[in-house]
Amino acid sequence: MGGAKYAAEFELPDMAHAVLVQSTIAAGKILGFDLIAAKAMPGVLVIITPDNAEKLHNLKPAQQKVTYPLLQNADIKFNGQHVAVVVADTFERATAAAAAVRVHYRATKAVTTMDQAFSESVTPKNFSNGRAKPDSQIGETSPILPSGTLRVEQIYTTPIEHHNPMEPHATIAHWSGEQLTVWTATQGISGAQKALSSLFGLKPQNVTVICPYVGGGFGSKGNTWPPAVLAAMATRQVNRPVKLVVTREQMFTSNGYRPRTVQRIKLAANPDGRLLSVRHDVKTQTSMPEVGEFAEPSALITRMLYSAPSIGTSHRLVQVNHGLPTYMRGPGESSGAFAIESAMDEMAAALKIDPIDFRLRNYAERDPTADLPFASKALRECYAQGAAAFGWEKRNPAPRSMRDGHMLVGMGMATSSYPTNRMPASASVHLTADGSALVRSGTQDIGTGTYTTLAQVAADELGLPLGKVRTQLGDSRLPPAPVSGGSMTSASVVPAVQAAAQGVKAQLFALAISHGGFQWQSVSPDVLTLIDSAVDGPAGRIGIGQLFTLAKIKQLNATAGAQPAPDANDYSKHAFGAQFVEVRVDPDLGIVRVSRWVGAFDCGRVLNAKTARSQLIGGIIYGMGMALFEETRIDRNTGRITNANISDYLVAVNADVPEIETIIVDSIDPISNPLGTKGIGELPMVGAAPAIANAVYHATGTRIRDLPIRIEQLLA
Amino acid sequence: MSLPDTTRRTILGTVATLAALPTVSRADISEPDAVSGGLGLQNVTLQVNGQQFRVTLEPRVSLLDVLRETIGLTGTKKGCDHGACGACTVHVDGRRIVSCLTLAARCKSKKIVTIEGLSNGGDLHPVQAAFLHHDGFQCGYCTPGQIMSAVALIQEGHASSADEIREWMSGNICRCGAYPNIVAAVQDASGNVTEGG
Repeated sequence: MGGAKYAAEFELPDMAHAVLVQSTIAAGKILGFDLIAAKAMPGVLVIITPDNAEKLHNLKPAQQKVTYPLLQNADIKFNGQHVAVVVADTFERATAAAAAVRVHYRATKAVTTMDQAFSESVTPKNFSNGRAKPDSQIGETSPILPSGTLRVEQIYTTPIEHHNPMEPHATIAHWSGEQLTVWTATQGISGAQKALSSLFGLKPQNVTVICPYVGGGFGSKGNTWPPAVLAAMATRQVNRPVKLVVTREQMFTSNGYRPRTVQRIKLAANPDGRLLSVRHDVKTQTSMPEVGEFAEPSALITRMLYSAPSIGTSHRLVQVNHGLPTYMRGPGESSGAFAIESAMDEMAAALKIDPIDFRLRNYAERDPTADLPFASKALRECYAQGAAAFGWEKRNPAPRSMRDGHMLVGMGMATSSYPTNRMPASASVHLTADGSALVRSGTQDIGTGTYTTLAQVAADELGLPLGKVRTQLGDSRLPPAPVSGGSMTSASVVPAVQAAAQGVKAQLFALAISHGGFQWQSVSPDVLTLIDSAVDGPAGRIGIGQLFTLAKIKQLNATAGAQPAPDANDYSKHAFGAQFVEVRVDPDLGIVRVSRWVGAFDCGRVLNAKTARSQLIGGIIYGMGMALFEETRIDRNTGRITNANISDYLVAVNADVPEIETIIVDSIDPISNPLGTKGIGELPMVGAAPAIANAVYHATGTRIRDLPIRIEQLLA
Repeated sequence: MSLPDTTRRTILGTVATLAALPTVSRADISEPDAVSGGLGLQNVTLQVNGQQFRVTLEPRVSLLDVLRETIGLTGTKKGCDHGACGACTVHVDGRRIVSCLTLAARCKSKKIVTIEGLSNGGDLHPVQAAFLHHDGFQCGYCTPGQIMSAVALIQEGHASSADEIREWMSGNICRCGAYPNIVAAVQDASGNVTEGG
């Protein structure tokens, strides 16, 4: 009953409260502060500005470490940049004093929207953290196409979108002795520990990061963003614990966003529906170089989705005076899929071929750009099972041909795909005499059910009832694990838990053989099993408690690491899916309502059917928001976000969401990890938006190429 | 400090140890406020989950912040502080309200119920049990607000169909997208909840 403690909810004595002050210009310099009024207000302990901020170390940006602005200089690179931190004895007093801080600026000309510098794009320097190149090409760049070739060439755009997890970013920081302890809302405690120790010049072991629960992240809590660093700076300044909770409005400029994309797709196909060439050129926005660089990798999906003799892609960046963009659920794939899957629908319509049939005619049996076999792929089954459950055969292919009373009915589909990722991880398992086990790993539960999954795997391995296994995570003193992102937590951490549990099991078997008595001495551990809290073998059964007594021990521990197999790089590793959507559009008002949804997914082995389904529907709903509601709007004159709150930045609410049927097709990935899983978090988001846009086209005959789909576009 | 000791169930399932908090003043503010224009401290007694809490506060303090920061009942969540997300929903005199837009000083002599006080003892309220059963949450942050709304809408008689539940639960945003499971949970619980439950 509200017992789960999120970052802002830990009680420390003598807690002070910090509130951020943000810039009101988009570019320029701070000339000075007028702090007289603010400092005189009751309860104010300190006001930190670039004039008195602690000088930080190692200001080179790195993965999971945001190093700008952090009050290190007087330059302003975006509207909403943090320019001061007010610390007071209560939240209300800090808030009031923050409002009284006066900042004098010299404003310079800013690039506030992408179109103002569209022609001055640059090539990304650190595209996909070096895991991929910005450009790709197989076959001829401009193949000579025979007469009769059909072409689709269109531009598709996606707007700036904000993650808006329900829990705001929050940090409690406590500097005591030489030890910095932070309770912070993060998807990566290890990354936060690294970033904070590096910035403050501390040894990693002198920084403890704690985060038992994360109230949603969706990518926005993957990096260590400035507010966490500023909270740590504040506690070092006031020598009291400091709580800094970012307001919802400040969340729009403090912790990243999905950048706007402008994507040109060129498809050429012969009349039989075979793709002859595919081009996908992406321009996306990033921040000014001083702030950092992030490139939304929208065209990666086009490199592997369909087979064609010529496939070319590129990514270019337009530098804008906004904060640093970042990963947002399905980074690259969800924005890219809107473009390529809308274009595929347009081509299918031009060819007068069923959209599923058109995709099957260009089915990629192997990854065409990487030129590698897929580790596993059951996309055909997704199309078939999804279409059957949805009733795709009832679809009249002509646009505006289906009605339910006055309402236009549209049916659309799209393909989804997301890479199967994995990183090294470690975990430990402790078994005690009462037959209860404790699993520990420095991973996070961002709402995906990591607590449950890890306990479940250890219980299986050790033959214990689930109720006897507890999980501890979200603490940097635990065995390290990677960031909870890229849909890779299960794939990375579960093998480590399995290995640690196997380590405990091996010790138990050895104890049974050495201490079980005469009959056990010649038994091979290979024939032993752990069932119902006992070692079971040809010589009989010994309970765990009994064994511990015989061996005079109180507990058994094992710590283990697990990492990707080297031959995993010989394959292209992806999850797949097919989304089927029915929409109802009011022909007079242009209102679009999603009325039915079937998603069929090839996501590998499923560890927990209940939480897997929850993630699948959650991703689909995130995609509904992307298609129909979500857009961060910028005032061109000031570079300020005009809808920086959760009532004007629209997300899907309960009444927007119909019944959703999810199908998990039979598929176990034999390559990517020993579990056979493929990751679920991002996959269902990919393809959701184009499926809706394709359904809206089918309902109305109007093709929407700019998200979100709005009433005025349908009434135009 | 202790390491977290939890499972997924803890989000809903922890026994509300905070309900045993003594009746104390836990005001963080020491000196009376003479400077900030009439924002003098007030002593207010709040009745939360059947217990009296005597708190010293400024009149501008929201009920949400008093619950979370002063009384220590952090089950009620701050999602937006603008009354737009529903995460801070509590019951005041039987009505569901957003506590971020409610001044604490206006709640004198009113009965406030938060997620921690929804059930007596360690048993889950039927709506809580239904949320668990139907996996009506993922990250858990919006969940206390969802449950407080759900309990109220069932009592209001707004749970007669899935569509009605969707409409009347739309003031509570769930960014993880647990809506279909939330609807299933409310439908399920609406058959079990008795008057005043």
